[in-house]
Amino acid sequence: MKSIITCLIVLLIVNTIIRAQQVKIVKWPEVQAILTQQSDTTYIVNFWATWCKPCVAELPYFEKIQEEYQTKNIKILLISMDFASEFTTRVVPFVAHKKLISKVWVLNEPDANSWIDKVNSSWSGAIPATLIFNNFKKKSSFFEQKLEYNQLVQEVGRFL
Amino acid sequence: MKNKFWLALVAVLALGTAATLFFQQKNAQASSIGYPIGATVADFKLININGTAISLSDYKDKKGVIVVFTTNHCPFAKAYEERIIGLDKKYSSQNFPVVAINSNDASDYEEDSFDNMKKRANDKGYTFPYLQDASQSVARAFGATRTPHVFILRNDGGKFTVQYIGTIDDNYQDPSSVTKRYVEDAVNNILLGKPVVLTQTKAVGCAISWKDA
Repeated sequence: MKSIITCLIVLLIVNTIIRAQQVKIVKWPEVQAILTQQSDTTYIVNFWATWCKPCVAELPYFEKIQEEYQTKNIKILLISMDFASEFTTRVVPFVAHKKLISKVWVLNEPDANSWIDKVNSSWSGAIPATLIFNNFKKKSSFFEQKLEYNQLVQEVGRFL
Repeated sequence: MKNKFWLALVAVLALGTAATLFFQQKNAQASSIGYPIGATVADFKLININGTAISLSDYKDKKGVIVVFTTNHCPFAKAYEERIIGLDKKYSSQNFPVVAINSNDASDYEEDSFDNMKKRANDKGYTFPYLQDASQSVARAFGATRTPHVFILRNDGGKFTVQYIGTIDDNYQDPSSVTKRYVEDAVNNILLGKPVVLTQTKAVGCAISWKDA
């Protein structure tokens, strides 16, 4: 019995570590590199936070897109605006608990005035916000609002 | 030779003016929802946490007002709370006080209910009014989208005009790492009778939760 519990605990820890590996803290240049990447990949970049209710509500839609469009050239990037100080205590456990399969980054760049316009000049800075783009096709759409799944499917369709 | 010089000078000035006009127009377009910089703010009346009504016109003997759209629940607003209290402490004695407004739909966030607003203000010792914008009409008129969202109003002979729209400073996470104090710089300039240099900044914030239309 004891060994089973030990085994479970080890599995749990390993699972957390594996999960934790896909979450990382980044600085602006890493985001910039994605935004300016010249490829035929359609990126869906969503700005969110663990404590933002509308953001958390729409996360499953991005996850579903990620799953359903596996054969298409689509990548999802969830950029969390959680405070870097809460990375291990809040973001990592949240991602593990929700079993998120999409790539999650925490952007630790507190001078947001220096980068918000580079995401989209129409963005006031409120979250949730979502940028969909394909640099090869020279197309992009930006939404400063919570998206519904059907809306997301329709929008993604324009990029395929 | 002299003629050519004057011709060149006129051309440069004309181009400069055209460029300025173009950019001003672009700025105006970017903030087409809500008040742009320089706009006159319509008077509003909201209920303060102590139950009394407060109007913008109550401040006509002040030099200006720092209007802060904020909330109880939003971590960005919480991170700035002490700094908002600090702004009021620093500037109310110079006739440029803070007025905080909570426009969030409390049915989305219980933390933003009127009772919780009272509690928060008492617990933290707010020295400024904390108004509830229950109909959200003031947030819509201003074009506030997120919290915290600051609008600095200058009193031009009883008429309040928008002089700055944006964020408080350049580091929401850590007050000790701040290098640019946008709101303080703006208010300091207004108090000196100078124009505000940086009139608009952006920051990440919690979207104001709007009531369903």
